[in-house]
Amino acid sequence: MSLLEIRNLTVEFDTATGPFRALKGVDYTVEKGEVLAIVGESGSGKSVAMLATMGLLPDTATVKADLMTFDGRDLQNLSSKERRNVIGKDISMIFQEPIASLNPCFTVGFQIGEVLKTHLGLQGKDVRNRTIELLKAVGIPQPEKRLSSFPHQMSGGQCQRVMIAMAIACQPKLLIADEPTTALDVTIQKQILDLLINIQSKSEMGLIMITHDMGVVAETADRVVVQYNGEQMEEAGVLELFESPKHPYTKALLSALPERAEGDRLPTVGDFAQAYSKEGGVAL
Amino acid sequence: MTDTIETVSRQSTRAVLKEFWFYFSVNRGAVIGLFVFLALVLVAVFAPYLTPHDPNMQYRDVFLLPPSWMEGGHVDYLLGTDAVGRDILSRLIMGSRLSLFVGVIVVVIALTGGIILGVIAGYYGGKIDTVIMRIMDVILAFPSLLLALVLVALLGPGLINAMISIAIVLQPHFVRLTRAAVMAEREREYVVAARVAGAGPLRLMFLTILPNCTAPLIVQATLSFSNAILDAAALGFLGMGAQPPTPEWGTMLAEAREFILRAWWVVTFPGVSILITVLAINLIGDGLRDALDPKLKRS
Amino acid sequence: MSDKKDKILSVRGITRDYVSSGGLFGKSETVHAIKGIDFDLYRGETLALVGESGCGKSTLARILTLIDAQTSGELIIRDKPINIAKNKISREMRSRIQIVFQNPYGSLNPRQKVGAVLEEPLKINFPEMPAEERRKKAMDMLKKVGLLPEHFGRYPHMFSGGQRQRIAIGRALMLNPRILVLDEPVSALDLSIQAQILNLLKDLQDEFNLSYLFISHDLSVVKYLADRVMVMYFGEIVEHGDRDQIFNDPQHDYTKTLLAATPKTSIESIRARVSRHKASA
Repeated sequence: MSLLEIRNLTVEFDTATGPFRALKGVDYTVEKGEVLAIVGESGSGKSVAMLATMGLLPDTATVKADLMTFDGRDLQNLSSKERRNVIGKDISMIFQEPIASLNPCFTVGFQIGEVLKTHLGLQGKDVRNRTIELLKAVGIPQPEKRLSSFPHQMSGGQCQRVMIAMAIACQPKLLIADEPTTALDVTIQKQILDLLINIQSKSEMGLIMITHDMGVVAETADRVVVQYNGEQMEEAGVLELFESPKHPYTKALLSALPERAEGDRLPTVGDFAQAYSKEGGVAL
Repeated sequence: MTDTIETVSRQSTRAVLKEFWFYFSVNRGAVIGLFVFLALVLVAVFAPYLTPHDPNMQYRDVFLLPPSWMEGGHVDYLLGTDAVGRDILSRLIMGSRLSLFVGVIVVVIALTGGIILGVIAGYYGGKIDTVIMRIMDVILAFPSLLLALVLVALLGPGLINAMISIAIVLQPHFVRLTRAAVMAEREREYVVAARVAGAGPLRLMFLTILPNCTAPLIVQATLSFSNAILDAAALGFLGMGAQPPTPEWGTMLAEAREFILRAWWVVTFPGVSILITVLAINLIGDGLRDALDPKLKRS
Repeated sequence: MSDKKDKILSVRGITRDYVSSGGLFGKSETVHAIKGIDFDLYRGETLALVGESGCGKSTLARILTLIDAQTSGELIIRDKPINIAKNKISREMRSRIQIVFQNPYGSLNPRQKVGAVLEEPLKINFPEMPAEERRKKAMDMLKKVGLLPEHFGRYPHMFSGGQRQRIAIGRALMLNPRILVLDEPVSALDLSIQAQILNLLKDLQDEFNLSYLFISHDLSVVKYLADRVMVMYFGEIVEHGDRDQIFNDPQHDYTKTLLAATPKTSIESIRARVSRHKASA
């Protein structure tokens, strides 16, 4: 049984100018201990898909799916109380803007402690000890001192580490990382990615990486889903995808990478879109 | 070729206006307010043709006549007459002119002064900013009506002086708002880009930055419009604004003070007129805020 | 590729300090954002400036584009020393060096139609130019950066990020500059759009013989575009050399860290990672 299984997911938003389809029937499967990368450019619906899975979309969104199970439980028919038990405990998420994702009014220690108290029911000294343990696990130096720091006293990279600590506090079975390193410098990005993969492989956790960066995919993923405009273009193992991409869009994306550039000009997705639509494919 | 470009240009202007109207019209109250206000403007423009009587004509045979639907009322005087036999409806219609006039003039004076001072304070910052803002703080520290009263007392009673003093009292709000907006925009990249292109301070202040600060100013201007009408009425009521026999709503209220118990209509109708006007304008202001403030826009 | 003799910009010992006041009772503190930088820029070449956020890259860009004054040091454009704190700069000097910003959403005035955006630099610097000519020049530029004539009358919010960046590039070129400072011009764009903009920049460089100072934190883009590379770290240039030299044989520790941290998308490195992963599992 797969950890997360989603079949034919569609999401529609009610907007002022009529309904807008953000997702047009996509499938995802994540196995235990697997890293799935969802790649796409802005507007591809990659974040929407995961927010829909977690039930975090606003009321204007209509979510439909043939199947949506997590660890054998149907996510679609959960009561809000059951949902709260699953989300934040068994599934957790980290976001792009680490500093904005933390509450600026409370100390780091307090915010991690909150998670431990609500989901695990820890009390008193246990909370503090576990918090220090977590901060140590995500590589924050002098965790005892950092407990009483406020988010604004730390760098972006450190805030992202704290977010990760909060996300893994309850030992989730699935972690969703939405562009976790986009706002960070390359050197910090490397550290955060290494940390995530490290934690993931140690705990046999499922990890979904939402990203637009092919570099991040190459460095982390086991399997990749390529998305464009709310549709799934291709799904493949990471090596297979980079070695022999099947879909023209994937080919275009890969050849647009400057480090893979051949010759003086970069081919653009537009060039491929033309060739592709001539072959009778969906308009890109 | 040039034609298509012109068409596209006009189309995009229209698209922007259309979007504005879309967000404005979502707010029902604002649309109602707009229609009431437009009706009021029409009444003010065509006032001389709409009044059934001369507003200052005293009909000696009909003092304090009740409205026409009441016992003892007369169809000729739809809303009754006042203590000296003048037709209330005619006076209200003529009064709408004064009220709108007061609103427009006060807002124009306060807005112009406020924008100039605010842009300068926000753009230059430092000492200039401190001096301007402290003066504004001093003005704001007085209860506004009291300050207006003092100013009128110095300048002498009358509608024009009342308007000037109300404008001075309202101005600091515009200064503050403009300054805050300018400070937020000043470091934006498009402003820096204009600087790199060689734009001087005047151009930057008034052509580059100011057009991007208009949203809060328009909203504030609408709300000040109603405030001005209210303050002018208050000054009129206190005998410091328009002088009798001018048919100004506040002055009408003041003249009718002693008849509140005997003839309710003399007081009620001018009061209701002020209420409706102010309410309509405030509703419009609310709608403008919805339509212009990007932070409130639902994507 | 670049004519090494034709030096177009020289920077000698430039520093920039910021004094932050410590409030009413605190001591004021001086932050050295840039600690003495030297380099030359030649005609037609692309010099990349690499470094992490907060290292002083953007501060340097602001000095070069004559927005801020340097605290000390010399800025020489075409053999003429320039210090905006001391002398007024001529219109001609101003137009020599222009800038393109990172954020395509913030760098265009939302109240100006695209045509007005492009015409503005001409309006300011050549007020005597007839409106017809101005319009024609703006139209030509629109075409050059790959947009359509009918885009002339639209507002910036009607365009995508990539198109806006094209407009911003067009505006920077309106005054016929010799040098373009590109402050992370593609890092806010999607990959496919990024490729288009990079191509456009290459084309424009060839056409106008422009010199680029390309500021970026993305080494893969730098490797693709740059002739020479400077690595900046805490307000100093720690390494400086030809592209291949920097990428193949980095000397400074920071450069090495930077290169090691850049994600690798080659098949070999992915294969190595996957097999490592399998071995450990």
